[in-house]
Amino acid sequence: MGLLSDPHCRRALSRLVLRLNTPLCALSYVMGLGWFLALAFQPLAPRTYMSENAMGSTMVEEQFLFGERALSYAREFAGHKKKAGGMPVAWLEKTMWSLGLEVHRQPFARTLPFPDETRERYMVKGTNVYGILRAPRAASTESLVLSVPCTEGPHNNQAVGLMLALAAYFRGQIYWAKDIIFLVNEHDLLGMEAWLEAYHDVNVTGEVRSSGTLGRAGAIQAAISLELSSDVVTSFDVAVEGLNGQLPNLDLLNLFHAFCQKNGLLCTIQGKLPRSDWDSLPAYAHSLQTLLLMVLAQASGRPRGDHGLFLRYRIEAITLRGINSFRQYKYDMTTVGKTLEGMFRKLNNLLERLHQSYFFYLLPSLSRFVSIGIYMPAFGFLLLVLILKISFLGGREAGEGQAAPSGPGMDSRPGLLALVPPLLICQAAGLALYCLPVLGQRVATQHFPVSEAEAVVLTAIAIYVAGMALPHSTHRVLAGAGSDRGWMTLKLLALLYLALQLGCLALLNFSLGFLLAATMVPAAAAVQPNGPRVLLAVLLVLATPAATLLLGIFLQRELVEAPAAAGEGWQLFLAAVGEGLLQHHLYGALPFPFLALCAYPAWLLLWNVLFWK
Amino acid sequence: MAAPLVLVVLVAVTVRAVLYRSSLAAFISERVEVASPLNAWKRVVEGLALLDLGVSPYSGAIFHETPLIIYLFHFLIEYAEFVFMVSALGNLWSFSLVQFKKQKFLIELDKYAPDVAELIQTPMEMHYIPLKVALFYLLNPYTVMSCVAKSTCAINNTVIAFFILATIKGSAFLSAVFLALATYQSLYPLTLFAPALLYLLQRQFIPIKLKSKSFWLYTMQYTALYLCSLVVIICLSFFLLNSWDFIPSVYGFILSVPDLTPNIGLFWYFFAEMFEHFSLFFICVFQINVFFYTIPLAIKLKEHPVFFMFVQIAIISIFKSYPTVGDIALYMAFLPVWSHLYRFLRNIFILSCVLVVCSLLFPVLWHLWIYAGSANSNFYYAITLTFNIGQILLISDYFYAFLRREYYLTHGLHLTRQDGTEAMLVLK
Repeated sequence: MGLLSDPHCRRALSRLVLRLNTPLCALSYVMGLGWFLALAFQPLAPRTYMSENAMGSTMVEEQFLFGERALSYAREFAGHKKKAGGMPVAWLEKTMWSLGLEVHRQPFARTLPFPDETRERYMVKGTNVYGILRAPRAASTESLVLSVPCTEGPHNNQAVGLMLALAAYFRGQIYWAKDIIFLVNEHDLLGMEAWLEAYHDVNVTGEVRSSGTLGRAGAIQAAISLELSSDVVTSFDVAVEGLNGQLPNLDLLNLFHAFCQKNGLLCTIQGKLPRSDWDSLPAYAHSLQTLLLMVLAQASGRPRGDHGLFLRYRIEAITLRGINSFRQYKYDMTTVGKTLEGMFRKLNNLLERLHQSYFFYLLPSLSRFVSIGIYMPAFGFLLLVLILKISFLGGREAGEGQAAPSGPGMDSRPGLLALVPPLLICQAAGLALYCLPVLGQRVATQHFPVSEAEAVVLTAIAIYVAGMALPHSTHRVLAGAGSDRGWMTLKLLALLYLALQLGCLALLNFSLGFLLAATMVPAAAAVQPNGPRVLLAVLLVLATPAATLLLGIFLQRELVEAPAAAGEGWQLFLAAVGEGLLQHHLYGALPFPFLALCAYPAWLLLWNVLFWK
Repeated sequence: MAAPLVLVVLVAVTVRAVLYRSSLAAFISERVEVASPLNAWKRVVEGLALLDLGVSPYSGAIFHETPLIIYLFHFLIEYAEFVFMVSALGNLWSFSLVQFKKQKFLIELDKYAPDVAELIQTPMEMHYIPLKVALFYLLNPYTVMSCVAKSTCAINNTVIAFFILATIKGSAFLSAVFLALATYQSLYPLTLFAPALLYLLQRQFIPIKLKSKSFWLYTMQYTALYLCSLVVIICLSFFLLNSWDFIPSVYGFILSVPDLTPNIGLFWYFFAEMFEHFSLFFICVFQINVFFYTIPLAIKLKEHPVFFMFVQIAIISIFKSYPTVGDIALYMAFLPVWSHLYRFLRNIFILSCVLVVCSLLFPVLWHLWIYAGSANSNFYYAITLTFNIGQILLISDYFYAFLRREYYLTHGLHLTRQDGTEAMLVLK
């Protein structure tokens, strides 16, 4: 309070902010980026450790020996799948029944808002089959889930086989305290969403039509989704990022890591193997790559596996992917089964929900993590740039108000009113970007020779680009408000708007907030109508969210060591736009509405500032 | 002034009507920031259902409205949306009739220093104040949300607005009746007794001296009016339901704070964390805190009862046991009345940013805590704390600006130190 109420202190502070504004902004921005880059430096990231008491103290002894049985189930399943031309529902039900599970099926249907071209589906019909292993000594109040997606083609047969073999083995054990649900879901995330909504008897996303589920097994404590397409594996890749960048409790990951180490399994995250050294430059580059890949995956807001939708229901979940590459050491189904058995037995010991460990973290490698307290300052420094700029503009305005004593109250009113039209127009442009692509797809397909999916994506891009012509039309609405003060107030509003939304976003999805801040903040801070206008325009166009998406795609391809050419990158960009729209309408993913309704209007406001007359 | 006022009313009614019909209404009425256990519409409906079944609405632990409210809605349940619209418009009506005059100016204009003409509001500026107040109240998102959520807070606000109108118009009887109603509704407006009395005394040109006879006579009159109307209202409630159940379940509920559902106030976290056997003591401390400020404020601001009333309403809405955004909207509506303090405010920009940021972070952190499960109650409480500190700083900023302006009015705008340089007022 002393700082704010003592006039001398205040004056010194405001003089500092006004005089050294640009250097302070630049310094803060560099500090933000530097801090982020330093996160991958291993000494800053502590080792992961198991926080949950119930899972940490004792190691279980795994006795799963039925790898051969898993493979024979897999072959049988593959045969029936080919015969049925889809999911062999009857065979699965019969097999699960004979294993002693309580079997249920759940048919569902869903019409997509527009055809999904990458997966070639529009009107989807499918069936989920699940069997519940009732715990002999518990009241069915808690359960664990092992889910396996049934995909088309020859994929994932081994996963189904292993699941059935595990079910057969688990059925014979007496120590279960939680029910175990073995779920085979069709049409990956669509089926998973239908099943989760029916299980919890809610309707989050609207249009799934399904025939409810009859069998329930209480509150699900944890879920593991398994993807496995070969008889032997060389390594396991674990995917953690869920819908909207939500992450499972770190303990679940620790559990998987612990059992991989125990059984000598090789495990990777983001497809990157851990390195043993940390003090060399290549090691640093390696963990930075892993970190960046995680940030990009989290920022995209799409689930990186079928586990992604569990997280919304407060169920901790991860996806395990078996990888079979050209390595010498291969692991058979028995080892994989043992790992899963160990994980389930540990989860079975849980006394309460996983809550001890971190929910907000970034992973530069599987064995090290960066917690929220350590990574947030990186974002804080970027936001500080905006705050400094805002206080600079606010201070200048207050200073001018005091310098012109002739009725300061009357002078500022019309200025504020004149800013309402650009604000409304920018927001309306955002609304159009959000609504029109899906609503107008029929009109677009009638008038242009494009398919519906293309129509949606191209309409979105067209509206996005058309928004850039807005400054010319808004200036017609603004009559005689062409003062210096006008653009400064508009810029002040735009910066406030941007800072608010980035701040809120960074709490929900740090990665998206950080990436947007890193790209938009410098342009937003620098923009002004009376400078090198061409340079600023280029900078601002590079900072638009769409450009960020494009750059993100190229960066991601670069990091997984499969660089994309310009044409391919463009195709990926179009696919990503369509995917974003689809994810929003199907699962309620946030990035698209956020970009359309918040980030894009804020950017348009900045664009208006640049072309202020 | 009529045309813009009609425009404001049209916009406000349209916004509310659209929101009532949209899917947002259900979402807003579930928000803990908007609906507290005291005034949530869901609970009113529950109480009505119990009443219809012939059970005392207070028999469960759900319903905490006063009997008059339940009978009001008993007859008007079909028109609930209209009731809330009308209550908002009633507010508007009373605000626009209130001419916030500075009586003191007329009395002591000749005492002011010669160079302060620019500090005194012109009649032109005064003319627009009711419009601005109406604008601030009707289009404030807080008011809109509280109206859309059908929180009965809107009705309490209307009662308080009528009380202010009656007081400023100088009607001691109506003022006492509405003050009694407001007290009956939510207990805390009791503290508004002091500013109302001071205002009425000032209006009657009765000097506030403890030895003067007319001062005591008027005070006794006003107190008697207030107490009589309070007793009548409470007895009426008794005869409506034929039981005293409502006393513990309304006023006991307000004072002893048994429901610790998170809200934007300061009570819930504190008492959720506290050991049971300390809680009685700290409840007393917290509740005395609300009432205590009346005494120093009455001494300091006895010449400025309208400002006193504003500060008191703000203090109630910050420190009461179940605050909602509707309460905040009430005192925010008064901010334009003090637009002449604008040049003396120091942190208004920062503080309004803080309030906006906090209002946006409430739902975000609530989502992280309750739905995503990744954050915890500390996150939400941190924002509650920041929000309240922001409000307290805002009020003290206004208070300090008011005092500074008064100082300038009597001592002249250009102060000089002993050595001739320009002096600066410092709050220590």
